[in-house]
Amino acid sequence: MKETRYIKAINEALHEEMARDETVFIIGEDVGAPGGAFGGTRGLLQAFGERRVRDTPISESAIVGLALGAAMKGLRPVVEIMFADFLPVCMDQIVNQIAKTRFMFGGQFTAPLVIRAPGGAGLNAGPQHSQSLEAWFAHIPGLKVVMPATPADAKGLLKSAIRDDDPVLFLEHKALYATSGAIPEEEYLVPIGKADVRRTGRDVTIVTASRMVYQTLEAAETLAGQGTDAEVIDLRSLTPLDKDAIFKSVEKTSRLVIAHEAVKSFGIGAEIAAMISEEMIDVLDAPIARVGAPFSPVPFSQEGDYLPNASDIVRAVEKVMTY
Amino acid sequence: MNKPQKSTPAASSKAAPKPSNTAAAGAIPNDDGFLELHYSMLRVRRVEERLLQVFSEGKIPGFIHVSIGQEAVATGVCSCLTPADTIFTTHRGHGHTLAKGMELKPFMAEIYGRANGACHGNSGSMHVASSEAGVGGANGIVGAGLPISLGSAFASAFKGEDSVTAVFFGDGASNQGTFHESMNLAALWNLPLIFVCENNGWAQFTSQKSYMKIDSIARRAEGYGMPGVTVDGDDVLQVREGMRAAVARARAGNGPTLLECKTYRWFGHYAGDPQKYRPANDLEQTRKVDCIANFEKFLIGSGLADRGQLDAVDAGLRAEIDEAIAHAEAAPAAPRGQFLNDVYA
Repeated sequence: MKETRYIKAINEALHEEMARDETVFIIGEDVGAPGGAFGGTRGLLQAFGERRVRDTPISESAIVGLALGAAMKGLRPVVEIMFADFLPVCMDQIVNQIAKTRFMFGGQFTAPLVIRAPGGAGLNAGPQHSQSLEAWFAHIPGLKVVMPATPADAKGLLKSAIRDDDPVLFLEHKALYATSGAIPEEEYLVPIGKADVRRTGRDVTIVTASRMVYQTLEAAETLAGQGTDAEVIDLRSLTPLDKDAIFKSVEKTSRLVIAHEAVKSFGIGAEIAAMISEEMIDVLDAPIARVGAPFSPVPFSQEGDYLPNASDIVRAVEKVMTY
Repeated sequence: MNKPQKSTPAASSKAAPKPSNTAAAGAIPNDDGFLELHYSMLRVRRVEERLLQVFSEGKIPGFIHVSIGQEAVATGVCSCLTPADTIFTTHRGHGHTLAKGMELKPFMAEIYGRANGACHGNSGSMHVASSEAGVGGANGIVGAGLPISLGSAFASAFKGEDSVTAVFFGDGASNQGTFHESMNLAALWNLPLIFVCENNGWAQFTSQKSYMKIDSIARRAEGYGMPGVTVDGDDVLQVREGMRAAVARARAGNGPTLLECKTYRWFGHYAGDPQKYRPANDLEQTRKVDCIANFEKFLIGSGLADRGQLDAVDAGLRAEIDEAIAHAEAAPAAPRGQFLNDVYA
């Protein structure tokens, strides 16, 4: 194992997959000589040349559409969209085109492409550069949506995404880019659609993803001090969703809290809560609780007040434990 | 609507004989694929006429958009392409798709929503596609095929192949951002792509002069650094000539061309459209220009075919279409839940 930063893990995955597969190419704004706005594509231009590392005009629809057309012809594009907030700029290409390609053409064409985009707050980037939009995309049949929390998962999941025969939206968290973690020295893949139990526990299940994994683990330590043993599930992929992992855990603990950075309303917490209510309400000992951001755009200057944190999760669990 | 103003014809050299009333009555031209052009145009028209008929009989679910009157564009453009080349088309894409070589039976079965349709009955008229024939799909979103076509052209260049891509879009789509983004990127990267603007004068229910200041969409090409050419889209030879030059340029690695084909929409935006938005006499005026009738006159006038021959072609087409319709109507509906087989996430 080696200590590696999250952004470096992503960069390693790109290097390795480009070396492995000639059909992989990189496309996006400032991905060439600048190495990406956050350094994700650093060194790729030098290693693989202009043919495979394409700097583009600021034209998100053209970039993403180009990736689709190339993927339909057998290439494996990896698109970088500089901020997840810019995905709405090319929403038609993602939702109406990419997600529906295999379906709409009866499997005659497929779209093996990856769109990398950093979401999330924490850098005081303001309302248009800080959103967590994953639920929008998880709502669209035909898109795989992945949100790694650790450097190891970022690398392993990105390599899986590039090898996937269907489109994957790879949502990185910009506040995690500088964080470090251990990753294997040897080559490895992390499968899409498999959650990870970050902490085992018997009293309550907390389902989370991306940066909130860390807030949740912090909360779990606090709760442990209070005698509550929380199990923490890191979803890693939203679609396909690892229902088995959630159900298995809730069967054991009979209590469920879902914590995410996105606004609480209409978020993935709502979906998971509904799923459990529909399919296994009998095992629950308490109402399900959700932790998420208030229904507001991300404020520039008051992120600390806005973002859900470990204390919010502790409070939600405490409430659930009163039943 | 007035007849669109014609700009300079596509290529200046080797002017092909004109299939119009003014065609030189003198020498008999060599048959340069003329009968194939006629066959292709007539096939598109007969197919769409039958589609209108079966649609009005309630046999096709959803809605359809026909391109009757615009067949010279589909045919002229696709006659310059090989199976290795790819097209992307629009909601009004039956003609392009058939002219590019998609087989009629899977095409028809898809429009009928049958299990054996080209797209498993998931798509219908608006998204017909054929990987075999190089039809990267019709598209229900105006202007959305343009960015996708960039990728197809990019892949040809990336792989070092000399295949080209043509993307059809309407005059209305030229006001979408995707048009401008795609024109810029294609020119910048010299992509082997031909932008075929099928200008029928109508963006759904709105006429061109009421939504744009300029008459010729081809003029926009200059702003992106590529040639822009306007041809009479009702003259299949002019379309072909313009397309030949554009394809030659693209195959030689010299980049994209915007080819604007001015034509007329004989019917409404969709089958059954009452067209109350259309000025009086507009439809009548529009239908005075018939690319197929004009071309037949030319063929007969130049001694390349006689009426009997052309009627035999027509009869053959009608029989083929009958067979495809019967095939579709006899096919089972997509089985319950089959659509889930094409979903992976």
